[in-house]
Amino acid sequence: MSVELRSITKSFGSLIANDQINLKVNDGQIHAILGENGAGKSTLMNILFGLLKPDSGEIFVDGKPVKIDEPSDALASGIGMVHQHFMLIPVFTVAENIVLGHEKIKGLGTLDLADARAAIIDIAKRFNFEIDPDAVVETLPVGVQQRVEIIRALIYNAKVIILDEPSAVLTPQETDELLRVMKELRDQGKDIIFITHKLREVQEAADEITIIRRGKVVGQAKPTASQEELASMMVGRPVDLDVSKKKFQPGAEILKVTDLKVTDATARPLVSDINFTIRSGEILAIAGVQGNGQTELARAIMNLEPSVSGSIKLEGLELVGKTVRDSLHSGIAYVPESRELDGLISSFTIAENLILDVFDLAPNAKGMMLDLGFISSNSEKQVKEFDVRTQSVADAVSSLSGGNKQKVVLARELSRPVRLLVAAQPTRGLDVGSIEFVHERILAERDAGRAVLLFSTELDEVIALADRIAVMHKGSIIDIVPSDISRAELGLLMAGVKVKSA
Amino acid sequence: MKKLNASVFILPLLAFFLAILIGGLLIAFSDPNVLKLRSDIPEMLSTGLSTAWEAYVALFQGAIYDPNLAVKGGGQGLYPLSETLVVAGPLILAGLAVALAFRAGLFNIGAQGQFVFGAVGASYIGFTYDLPPVIHIIAAITFGAFLGGIWGGIAGLLKAKTGAHEVIVTIMLNYVAANFLLWLLKTQAFLREGRQDPIAPEVLENSRLPRFFGEEFRVSAAILISVIIAWLVSVLLDRTTLGYQFRAVGSNSTAAKTAGMSVPFVMTSVMVVCGALAGLGGAINVLGAEYALTTGVAGSFGFDAITVALLGRAKPLGVVFSAFLFAGLRVGGQMMQARTDTPLDLILVVQALIILFIAAPSLVKVVFRLKNVGTSSGMAAKGWNG
Repeated sequence: MSVELRSITKSFGSLIANDQINLKVNDGQIHAILGENGAGKSTLMNILFGLLKPDSGEIFVDGKPVKIDEPSDALASGIGMVHQHFMLIPVFTVAENIVLGHEKIKGLGTLDLADARAAIIDIAKRFNFEIDPDAVVETLPVGVQQRVEIIRALIYNAKVIILDEPSAVLTPQETDELLRVMKELRDQGKDIIFITHKLREVQEAADEITIIRRGKVVGQAKPTASQEELASMMVGRPVDLDVSKKKFQPGAEILKVTDLKVTDATARPLVSDINFTIRSGEILAIAGVQGNGQTELARAIMNLEPSVSGSIKLEGLELVGKTVRDSLHSGIAYVPESRELDGLISSFTIAENLILDVFDLAPNAKGMMLDLGFISSNSEKQVKEFDVRTQSVADAVSSLSGGNKQKVVLARELSRPVRLLVAAQPTRGLDVGSIEFVHERILAERDAGRAVLLFSTELDEVIALADRIAVMHKGSIIDIVPSDISRAELGLLMAGVKVKSA
Repeated sequence: MKKLNASVFILPLLAFFLAILIGGLLIAFSDPNVLKLRSDIPEMLSTGLSTAWEAYVALFQGAIYDPNLAVKGGGQGLYPLSETLVVAGPLILAGLAVALAFRAGLFNIGAQGQFVFGAVGASYIGFTYDLPPVIHIIAAITFGAFLGGIWGGIAGLLKAKTGAHEVIVTIMLNYVAANFLLWLLKTQAFLREGRQDPIAPEVLENSRLPRFFGEEFRVSAAILISVIIAWLVSVLLDRTTLGYQFRAVGSNSTAAKTAGMSVPFVMTSVMVVCGALAGLGGAINVLGAEYALTTGVAGSFGFDAITVALLGRAKPLGVVFSAFLFAGLRVGGQMMQARTDTPLDLILVVQALIILFIAAPSLVKVVFRLKNVGTSSGMAAKGWNG
């Protein structure tokens, strides 16, 4: 089956998310759509799947025009979609999730799952993957949950499967498995539309590549193109993918964490047995698949978690049992995982956000009163230094792009006298330009003799920046390794497999 | 630090006019004389129109300027305006008590109870002690605000320490305050000599707020105090570290916590300040207009305050304007009832409609075919989640 999109245009207010996009996906191919965050990839796919309505443009399936107003229209035309965030009910079994919305009923209104079970097993056999139809979804690893989504698409006879950033939540091994499944599907005649911004995956799996930048198709490429070529097309300027790093010159110990344990309200451990140290001038990266306790560890260091035991010492000063304010003011800069939720107050101006954790300290405040004149002029200075692109510091921070928002957070945190930078997923959702800026800034902090604790799920980022890498799995640090470790070994550690190095 | 956005005024204004319009229809078509003309539609429409017009004219005359009174001379024509200002003063302060809480993400339904305690405090100091001029006023007002602050603080503290929802707690505290007042007025300390009914002694001369235009016009320094306090609240919000924390917690309490602010402290202190504001309202109502504490001293100030705060978009200046408006509606509504047989309840309907349209901005937008008018993200809905 072939799918063609002709001059699709979609705008949200003044933003043109898709501008006259033409795309043809040929039969039996993996077609990658490559672009930065915010380039308009997901918008385009949501249009194809009937979740959004285009302002203009047409969709053709097998050369015939089709009208897709609702996801059900897309399914009827043989188009299925696997979303970035799974649309599964965690407490239901695989089979129950798959029949959702198409339930068959027997006898006195009880659910008939026999057909669904058989169909799932049949599909699993045909496409060569393993799945238990009666497993409860929340007990399954993320990679398997994703497979449930794929099966759901297949069971309703999808000929074209859209995968929206499918590797975002996977370990490297799970990603490899996903790429294998994708190829298997293609070989059995399905078409795959694969949305991503990860170059390695594109090179490995795609048959054709369409690159989208700022809502426009900027070109086609073959998977044989080099990473630099692809990245340059994606960003629109030459990109240097290598981070240039100065020599590692660690100094005195800044942070020492011993036997740290974080529990939730029911005393269930979220994080346990955490031991590590960071020296001045060193970046310790905490790698791991999302949801393995990284968030809680970062929050524990900032005293944002209610029940923490063990010891966190910043230059000898015990932080466990203190307040968030103590953590911040004893010399920790904190870039929280979610800019929008934790890092910024979106209705506040840029200037107001730049004083969020120093609002009551001189010279921002004199006694009870805020010194608005100083705050305003100082924020102008910070905005310039951190290259925040804005008309005015009096604009709401919500008017900024993701990258500029993150720069506001960095400007605030790094303008204080700090000894340690705790950065949680600092480049998540940012464009390539902003990622470069954040990386440079983190390295500059390291070279200025600060200790850096970097939480990242992006393997490339970890390898590029870290001096040492601690891998978290199921709430514990499974190992701390030097940064020249191979990708494969790192991937195994992230999956919880510790290989004794010979 | 903020740019004034003209569009924020448009929505409340349109909501108000829409409510007045629908109110007019209700006046017209609930009138028995109009309904009698059902067989003659044009006649019915014109009678209906004139009925609604007469009612609103009476409303205006009852609220601002009454030519019938003006013939008596001595500026009597403006007596209604004086009464409107008498109501506006406490309403501004009670409105601020709700509005400030909104800004910190809390929904203070308890202005009524806090208002009662303010009135009790001011009245007690007012009739019990004999203090020198000015000092007596200050003492009475301060004690009223203090009691109101405690009453508000209880709700804040409970929310901060136990998570008890402030809406539930303040509603309950309103009942406690109302019944406390009933009981208090039967105690020896608050019983007026020679009276059996629940009325406290009048406050002494020195504690009364000066009236500007003689004893006949009840308008007093209360209205000035209210406007000045409104200005101080806007300074508090925009220029002080405490106000900054209020706004931060109100807009995004997770980010405020992450930045090291103490959310429990903010919740407690904002409710103390709000309680003090409503208490101040109760105090000036006693010291400026009523002089004596009665069971009805709080009227419906604390509840109207919610509408006032909503219509004023939780901004001090907005609260001042909408309090004037509501005071006018309330005072004028009585005249409307007396002269045109239009029930005072209709004013409640207009108030309710205003809240409805403010709470559902998209409805107003549809009616007026507006696009992209600032709605400040559903303030009415937000308070509940706080």
